[in-house]
Amino acid sequence: MAKLRENLPSSRWGRFLRWLREGDDVLDRSMAEALEAPAPAPADALVPLPIPRRLTRTRQRNLTRMEKRLRALYVVTAVLICSGIIALLLVTTAGLPDFGDPDNPANNEVPRHYIEKGLEETGAVNIVAGMILDYRAFDTLGESNVLFVAVCAVIILLRLHSGDPRERLRDEADERSREPGHDIILQVVAALIIPLILLFGVYVILNGHLSPGGGFSGGAVMGAALILFQLAFGERHTARFFTFRTFRIVSVLALGFYASAKAYSFFTGANHLPSFITPGIPGKIFSAGLIPYLNIAVGMVVCCTMYALYSLFRKGDV
Amino acid sequence: MALWQSIPFACILIPLFGAAVCSVLPRRIARGWATGLVALVMGLSCWFVMEMQSFQGSYAYPMGHFGAPIGNELKAGPMEAVMGLMFSGLTLICLIGGARRLEKDITEGRLGLYHALILLMLSALMAQVYTNDLFTAYVFVEIMTIAGCGLIAARAQKGQALVSAVRYMVMNLIGSALFLLGIILLYDLTGHLLMPNLREAVAALHAEGQYDLQLTIVVALLCTGLAAKGALFPFHTWVPDAYSNGTPTSSALLASLVSKSYIVLLVKVALRVIGADVIISTDVHDVMFGFGIIGMLAGSIVAIRSSDVRRMIAWSSVAQIGYIFMGIGLGTEAGMKAALFHIIAHAAAKSILFLAVEPLSDASGGHSSLSYLRGAGFRSPLAGVAFTVGALSLTGLPLLGGFVSKLNLGLAALDCGGAHAWIALAALALSTLLNVLYMVRIVLVIWSRGEAPEGSPAAVTGNRLDFALIMLITANVGLFFFASPIMASLQVGIGLFG
Repeated sequence: MAKLRENLPSSRWGRFLRWLREGDDVLDRSMAEALEAPAPAPADALVPLPIPRRLTRTRQRNLTRMEKRLRALYVVTAVLICSGIIALLLVTTAGLPDFGDPDNPANNEVPRHYIEKGLEETGAVNIVAGMILDYRAFDTLGESNVLFVAVCAVIILLRLHSGDPRERLRDEADERSREPGHDIILQVVAALIIPLILLFGVYVILNGHLSPGGGFSGGAVMGAALILFQLAFGERHTARFFTFRTFRIVSVLALGFYASAKAYSFFTGANHLPSFITPGIPGKIFSAGLIPYLNIAVGMVVCCTMYALYSLFRKGDV
Repeated sequence: MALWQSIPFACILIPLFGAAVCSVLPRRIARGWATGLVALVMGLSCWFVMEMQSFQGSYAYPMGHFGAPIGNELKAGPMEAVMGLMFSGLTLICLIGGARRLEKDITEGRLGLYHALILLMLSALMAQVYTNDLFTAYVFVEIMTIAGCGLIAARAQKGQALVSAVRYMVMNLIGSALFLLGIILLYDLTGHLLMPNLREAVAALHAEGQYDLQLTIVVALLCTGLAAKGALFPFHTWVPDAYSNGTPTSSALLASLVSKSYIVLLVKVALRVIGADVIISTDVHDVMFGFGIIGMLAGSIVAIRSSDVRRMIAWSSVAQIGYIFMGIGLGTEAGMKAALFHIIAHAAAKSILFLAVEPLSDASGGHSSLSYLRGAGFRSPLAGVAFTVGALSLTGLPLLGGFVSKLNLGLAALDCGGAHAWIALAALALSTLLNVLYMVRIVLVIWSRGEAPEGSPAAVTGNRLDFALIMLITANVGLFFFASPIMASLQVGIGLFG
């Protein structure tokens, strides 16, 4: 028994208990160690990026009279051109078919097909979900990849830590010391409403094929809850369940699932092969073929992306 | 439907899936994974071109269980097959050729993401080539825009790369916004997004004449948006910075593929959505013709005045884009065909220049200014030969791809007759002269005897770069000897557009 108790701190159960009691996490411990260790010699301290000369040049030099005139001319021309384009576009839109007219060209056989056959063909009560995740799923696949590529680009731009874990930990500690984390009103209110927000997000995603909503909106709601949690309780608590690793795994699984599931459906559709995906009974939670699962995948991607973007801009890391 | 007919679909979906996986792989595996997938896509495209040779037609490929106007659709023909092969092949070569430099330019933690961006870009390129739906094209244009920004900014330790990325983003987003506005107005007028349906509806609207102003604005918005993204003359301001500050792979990819894919899309929009007759009646093609010619001359003149080789190559891109728009602006089928061929010839020549300039400047102490490059060709012979081939191809020397495209542009202009012909021929002659002035100057400098500057390391190109350069030299020569089958494919492809 004594031996068991001795082993407890390092065992899986022990770590879980500590995690539950929000004791020291790995980061905290290694951070303490790293900060106690003597600081390494600043071999290559951060050299500020040289500002390109053409950014500062205009401020420093006295403008000649000619340049002043040219600049004024530039502003006047720009304003004139912009007003011209605005006027032209206004005239153009004024002459478009009337908004809401039933005889508009946009009300042709395609929307009619969606409305009349949508329920039967896709099994989704929410016609919009049927449209974006079944009829035009290829566009939506592209759209979720737009989010993914945006996050990739932002990470490439903003993720500062590359190699040195010591530097990373120091930054992390610095970041945490600046967090408020003691605002009791915010924390109590957040603790009350975050579960509700999350639950609502889950509801919107899972019922995407039955009621208005779906992956994009539900994911945004859940992402907002994560951001609120991070604001109220600080990085230390968020890091217990959401790290860069979580983000990567979730988005890869979701996007990979979306791409492969839709690839199967596109391929069988184009080659007129039988597919095991059926619309099911409309109105049931397990119906509408792939739509609920795709909604979950999209929701995961959107939620993680929202939080990751916020987190990246806050401190340059997820 | 035969199995090979699914190739366009596979070419889009494989890199898309691969990109998601690539972002979590460790650095080394990510590179192999990305290169392998790009090679796979290229192999599939090769197969597709061969099948197309015997098929000689185009077919629609529904994306899903629901046919065309209800669901999404791809459409493939000989012209798309050639473009797909060109895009995937050049992506592969740029990726292999720049690999050594990538490790130096991009920090370790970013390499996986960088390769994910390249895969996403390839997928978007393929989608733009094959899609038959205007809105799908827009979605993938967005993916490409953002991926391009990431590719430029990846070399973030060089502060100027960030400034260039911002410039790139501003101009490209203006282009995207105009293009999207055009699509929205067009949808409001016609109620379609699928290209063949749009074509019918636009022809009907044009005949009816009720919405002439709106139609003109739509054509202008679509063309301006894509021209801004393709870096036509007044929208070229991001080009010199973005191309000269990125890592060689990014520069080569952006210069030879990304800006070109928007032009391919523009050709598709012009022929398949709007129709040549409607464009000619709105006179938008004359505007493109005019700006193309200004770009041809202005780009070359600035290139002559700059002393940095990378910037010279970047400015020469502005001039070459001018050639392409001049061909499109002629408004004839021959002009379109010549412009499309010039897209291929310029892509092959420009990527060789961007890849070859890197070992040349490495052999000259890391400088890319012309005065340091004296004798660089002797210090890094293969790169010197490759650079020479690329430069001579751009000036239009026979036995290289550039000659064929210039010849065809000239012939197309002659066919056109009237003022267009004279202006185009004069501009071609003048611009070729200007090209010679700076391209041959660089070639002479790198092949003249001179000492290496102090402290320049021994030139090492590495096997991968050697391989890429040899492939590109072969491609440039091959474009001359196989010009007629390629032109024939483009001819058939454009014929099938209508």
